[in-house]
Amino acid sequence: MSDLRAAVAAGALGSEENYRELLQSIVEVARAIFGARASSVFLHDEESDELIFEAVAGEGAGELIGQRFPSSTGIAGWVLVTRQPLVVDELDKDPRFAREAAESTGFVPKGLMAVPLLHEDRALGVLEVLDRPQKAAFSLAEMELLGLFANEAAIALNLLQKARAARTVLEDEGGDAAALARFAARLDEAEPDKREAALQLLDALGKLLRER
Amino acid sequence: MSEPADLPAWSLPAGAGERISIGVEWPERVTRDWAFGGATGKGVRVCILDSGIEAGHPQVGEVKGAVAFHRGEGDLCGHGTACAGIVRSLAPECELYSARVLGAGFKGSGPVLLEGLRWAVEEEFDVINMSLSTTKRQFAELLHELADKAYFNNTVLVASAHNMPVESYPWRFSSVISVGSHEEPEPTTFFYNPSPPVEFFARGVGVEIAWLGGGTILSTGNSFATPHMSGICALVLSKHPELTPFQLKSVLYLTANNVGGGR
Repeated sequence: MSDLRAAVAAGALGSEENYRELLQSIVEVARAIFGARASSVFLHDEESDELIFEAVAGEGAGELIGQRFPSSTGIAGWVLVTRQPLVVDELDKDPRFAREAAESTGFVPKGLMAVPLLHEDRALGVLEVLDRPQKAAFSLAEMELLGLFANEAAIALNLLQKARAARTVLEDEGGDAAALARFAARLDEAEPDKREAALQLLDALGKLLRER
Repeated sequence: MSEPADLPAWSLPAGAGERISIGVEWPERVTRDWAFGGATGKGVRVCILDSGIEAGHPQVGEVKGAVAFHRGEGDLCGHGTACAGIVRSLAPECELYSARVLGAGFKGSGPVLLEGLRWAVEEEFDVINMSLSTTKRQFAELLHELADKAYFNNTVLVASAHNMPVESYPWRFSSVISVGSHEEPEPTTFFYNPSPPVEFFARGVGVEIAWLGGGTILSTGNSFATPHMSGICALVLSKHPELTPFQLKSVLYLTANNVGGGR
């Protein structure tokens, strides 16, 4: 039984790793397409009401993952609560922002684009692209492109959260999923006729549950 | 605010047409000059439903009143100050009020938003600026009721649309004025969108916005297109205070740059 649960858990863990890689790849591509200095995805942790660096490309990569800050602070915070994308330039003009940015990320961006990561009716986090080249005025076409990346990042973030939830459930010995895993293990070991009977019973149980 | 005062009327008896004569003299052609030429927003009460407004910001000037649906003072993030500054730049003599519904984190932002909007609707402001939305469907029905209540109470609700295919509220309701961005630099340039749900496009790219600490910064977003439209509404209402939201929307349509604007 523990083998089966371990196997299922390994599947969940494996997928968590894959979704992390997907998120990382999204910020890498966003950074490359915009020719930006850095790009990051923040996950909103509902329990602590904080934003957490979940993936970072470019400046700050490797150091910032896992850092947290309150969900009402910074431009990422505005974007999360208003659910409105924003582009801000000339940030380095503001000494307060510069100090806060330097303290949290190690560098002061001149400008940034931030977009909420919306999935179904939830706001899962924020995608930011920092210091794209200031070749010309910002255009709405760039905003649309950013929106497309945001959709992708929201899907990846949703999958990552689900994989994490699955792992938590599987790790919970007394939980429903663990009980199902025990049942699956018994089924595996059973004689063919018993197995057949058990499956019929399970079918009937399924119908009963559907009928409420 | 059409006469007579015994509204609402549920039916119209024979020969009673005169009882509901409309007080507004509409010109043969509605022009921008008729709609808001020389207007300053004087006497119009505009509520910024947002993160608060920084007191004494030079772009904002006087704030007539402020109510917080979250604890604390002033503007905790700067978003509301930025919106207030834009309304002020268009309608220098309007009366600005702040209803703070943002700033204490993400949790609970939906119920606080509803509470703040309900207050603003009951206060009967002329214009409510909402550069924000919620994606939570559980709030949609209540928001819809409030948006309709505002519409029938002669309060214009101006709300930021999304530039992504996202279901969020209240901008999707037809009783509000929903606003997206265009790229033109002129603050009173606005367009009617014949392909809704976004109904109007206003200036939202490369806008110099008020920033916390008394400064300004360049920014882009529908959050800043919305107060441009709110400012224009304040101008029209200061010149034509009798307009209902339905009539105001008609004036906006007739004076949009892609309809009759500039004539």
